[in-house]
Amino acid sequence: MIANLVLIFIAAAITHNFVLTYFLGICPFIGVSRKIEQAVGMGLATTFVMTLAATVTWAIYHFILIRFNLPFLQYASFIIVIASLVQIVEMFIKKVSPPLYRALGIYLPLITTNCAILGLTLFMVLREYTFLEGLIFGLGAGAGFTLALVIMAGIREELECCDIPKPLRGAGITLIIAGLLALSFMGFGGLISK
Amino acid sequence: MSYDKNCAEKPKRLCANCGREFCKGLWRENPIFIQVLGMCPALAVTTKALFGFSMGMATTFVLVCSSLVISSIRKLIPPQVRIATFTVIIATFVTCADYFLKANFYTISKELGPYVPLIVVNCIILGRQEVFTSKHGVFNSFIDALGMGVGFSAVLVLLGSIRELFGFGTIFYYQILGEGFEHWVVMALPAGAFITLGFLVGIFNWINNKRKK
Repeated sequence: MIANLVLIFIAAAITHNFVLTYFLGICPFIGVSRKIEQAVGMGLATTFVMTLAATVTWAIYHFILIRFNLPFLQYASFIIVIASLVQIVEMFIKKVSPPLYRALGIYLPLITTNCAILGLTLFMVLREYTFLEGLIFGLGAGAGFTLALVIMAGIREELECCDIPKPLRGAGITLIIAGLLALSFMGFGGLISK
Repeated sequence: MSYDKNCAEKPKRLCANCGREFCKGLWRENPIFIQVLGMCPALAVTTKALFGFSMGMATTFVLVCSSLVISSIRKLIPPQVRIATFTVIIATFVTCADYFLKANFYTISKELGPYVPLIVVNCIILGRQEVFTSKHGVFNSFIDALGMGVGFSAVLVLLGSIRELFGFGTIFYYQILGEGFEHWVVMALPAGAFITLGFLVGIFNWINNKRKK
């Protein structure tokens, strides 16, 4: 039981990292990975929304959609849940830490359209996780997202002093670095034999 | 942004404008290369050209339909809840597209997996609604959505073809490289997607810079 949960956490965070193997959440990964503090803030906000979204959508899917035979409403209802959660987090951050709120800017409301979160809920339904597994899955995916974002931000801070060919500046070099990161994350593949 | 400026500078006939609206999605405001939006499906489903093509078509369908609906009811939507309204409309069309694929092209739908429902959160679609459709008429929005959709699909097919060619030696399942070709496994893996797209963006910028000079 516990071993299973640990496996789900490690798989979501490292071996099947959401950003580097499923390509989920690429927009903030490229957009908000310039400074480490920003990346940490964004990562934590996303993790929070992910965990909440996993639990709430699990309950909605099992107690409402399945029970009343409405699975075709899945996408619409999930996205509404996520949108309202993001709204709550936005109000919370605005109140608690205005500098972070300003730094995240447009990317905060855009957590709603972060594919990682909807992807998480869809994967959770697809793999038929139980409530606890879903919760751990959300936490793991959030941790993996934060990890990838922070590593990327660290590399990009160093990159500012490098002489990059002009056409590759910005998105180009970021994607290539992400590719190299994905290659190195493949090295963790042996951790779980599945 | 650049659209508004252009429009103010030289007001043209409807028809002359619509050519511009269509073409800007193909090159000048290409959703992937210039706006860097909608990267997730672009990277995830392009292991084969065919998957890229199906994904492009599905996205274009959703984009065009939701643009038509949203531009026709744009004056009725209260601005505070516009994002939620857009999202629900988009989600409806995505559900249609998903069920259509499941019913008619089951194998493709199986391969695309959760990336079809993920069109809901494709930033291109919501971005177009927010930037363009909510401020323009039905016809212009339709042309704009079509252009963006075609531009997006073209990049997906290009990326899919390159990855399929080097990863499997085929394009759209036609054998291009000989039997003895050693498959580059990395091209079919996530890393290959990132690196190929990175270089494509670089080439695109390089051509653009050349043209400006």
